[in-house]
Amino acid sequence: MAKELLKGNIAIAEAALRAGVDAYFGYPITPQTELLEHMSRRMPELGRVFLQAESEIAAINMVYGAACTGAWAMTSSSGPGISLMQEGLSYIALSDVPAVVVDIMRGGPGLGNIQPSQADYNQLTRGGGHGDYRCIVLAPATVQEAIDLTVLAFDLADKYRTVAILAGDGLIGQMMEPAQLPPMRERSRTRPPWALTGARGRPPNSIAAFGLEAETLEAMNWRLQAKLQRIRQTEVRCETWLVDDAEILVVAFGSVGRIAKTAVREARAHGIRVGLIRPITLWPFPYKPIEQAAAHARAVLVVEMNTGQMVDDVRMAVCGQAPVYFHGRPGGSVPVPEEILERIVELSKED
Amino acid sequence: MDEQIAVVNVQEQLVYARPRALTEETTNYCPGCTHGLINKLIAEVIDELGIQENTISVSPVGCSVFFYRYLVLDGVVAPHGRAPAVAIGIKRMLPDRVVITYQGDGDMAAIGMSEVVWAAMRGENITAFFVNNANYGMTGGQMAPTTLAGQVTTTTPEGRDVETMGMPTRMAELIAGLPGSAYVARCSTYDARTIRDARNAIRLALRAQMAEAGFTMVEFLSACPTNWGLSPQGALQWIKDTMVAYYPLGEIKVSEAVQRLKTKR
Ligand SMILES: Cc1ncc(C[n+]2csc(CCOP(=O)(O)OP(=O)(O)O)c2C)c(N)n1
Ligand code: SF4
Ligand SMILES: [Mg+2]
Repeated sequence: MAKELLKGNIAIAEAALRAGVDAYFGYPITPQTELLEHMSRRMPELGRVFLQAESEIAAINMVYGAACTGAWAMTSSSGPGISLMQEGLSYIALSDVPAVVVDIMRGGPGLGNIQPSQADYNQLTRGGGHGDYRCIVLAPATVQEAIDLTVLAFDLADKYRTVAILAGDGLIGQMMEPAQLPPMRERSRTRPPWALTGARGRPPNSIAAFGLEAETLEAMNWRLQAKLQRIRQTEVRCETWLVDDAEILVVAFGSVGRIAKTAVREARAHGIRVGLIRPITLWPFPYKPIEQAAAHARAVLVVEMNTGQMVDDVRMAVCGQAPVYFHGRPGGSVPVPEEILERIVELSKED
Repeated sequence: MDEQIAVVNVQEQLVYARPRALTEETTNYCPGCTHGLINKLIAEVIDELGIQENTISVSPVGCSVFFYRYLVLDGVVAPHGRAPAVAIGIKRMLPDRVVITYQGDGDMAAIGMSEVVWAAMRGENITAFFVNNANYGMTGGQMAPTTLAGQVTTTTPEGRDVETMGMPTRMAELIAGLPGSAYVARCSTYDARTIRDARNAIRLALRAQMAEAGFTMVEFLSACPTNWGLSPQGALQWIKDTMVAYYPLGEIKVSEAVQRLKTKR
């Protein structure tokens, strides 16, 4: 299939369709609304389920219900809507059912604004809701990567029976770029044995994110943790660029990773030994690659479109091997390569 | 004891048995709580309609959180108040299955008001069983939207003051007023007649769902002797004497389609 000029939100919606999503439930919020709109036309066209919910709370619970039948269900939203979904995500996480959520992040806190941002890093990577759980979080830097990671999100959600979140900053959702969509996948999935379909010829299945007795809930928790541990061991993804000889290590994700790349290229042209790590899975976080790269670095610079959220994970990864600096732009301001370059040059002059 | 010997030679005929759709385990309900009786009536009708293998339940958060286990059905526990949304997710994927929710009055009428109203507005083909016991049973008897004027609860120590808390919520009437609801009835289980009426209402609601008539709901005035501070018998009496006066029993809405079902039998 040839490349075509695609807007991020449309590309993500179309990738979800081609990956095999069975049901979409959503609510309007900028900057992800085109995704909802695209689904409203395409899902019925393909004989699949689309429903505009009355709130994000309803949407995530509809996703939960659909997922309980063994279907591939998804929703999409942005900061305030994702905040409303957290209780539902917590239930889904302990229920061992697959679900995909797209968060096209906007400026926060509060109503914030509709400008691009990475303000949801903490709520997405920490579980966000109550209890001990994590969601797989994938952060694309280009429209093409948004397409690829959307397909991956469904595959990982299905494989691990867990929540996979595509975390795009507003730039990814709104940007138009040439990209290639995957072909439409055959959907010949059979309903998994755990699905709620009516107990025909088998004992009833139940799905409950609760255990009344301490021993029951403790056992459920440890089972969930064992699964999360398997994900940590096998699903870490990041892009590393020019880190082998780097004295300064830049860490940035999503669109900022891409902007930082331009700054790193410039700095290299100035003879500064600088490299970049761009986490692709925000959870599980690439602690090891950052730890290894930091071992021979003099300084680490974290750049984010917020006031410093991922920087905590980077500090944990670096673990005191080098000083960790932060450069951030909250509230919808997008850092430009020049300001990142300036910080790199500054750091290169320190000893 | 020796008395057993006296029953030899009698032709045994089974006239009553536990419904197949009802669990054999002992429930967590308090003595005199009518949640258990309502669970049983629903199970009986499911047996009667032969839909046990075709029905999926959605449980609430509340005293009946174990509904998914007490009824021998595929089932899921929804977050507090969100049972209709979860049920819609299921029903939209499996439109030929019977999908039922079971919700308390705190669950549906307070935190979950939006989800149930929208389920009814869209005419979703699901059936809601709504258990009105005039308080939050599970959390120890706080005021619910349905708590009667002047009723003492743990958060209305002087009785519900309708000047500040408004009048009790009549859910059945509220849902009946929405265009997408097809059948709404209010029942109770305080004597043989009300139990029979309740069974009939459950049956008609489920048949209406199977005929894709729209949203259906059966409200039950249910006893919570523990939090009401009454004996099991006294609690039933209180429903009859006090609750029914504000929450009239009977069919509140029967759409034309459901009326046709009713005459068809
Ligand atoms: C989001 C949330 N808020 C509060 C609770 C605590 N809670 C558990 S059960 C319940 C009330 C249940 O009352 P009701 O729906 O009337 O059911 P009943 O126990 O009376 O049958 C509450 C408030 C909760 N589990 N989740
Ligand atoms: S607290 Fe009330 S509603 Fe709950 S089980 Fe006991 S009697 Fe029933
Ligand atoms: Mg109650």
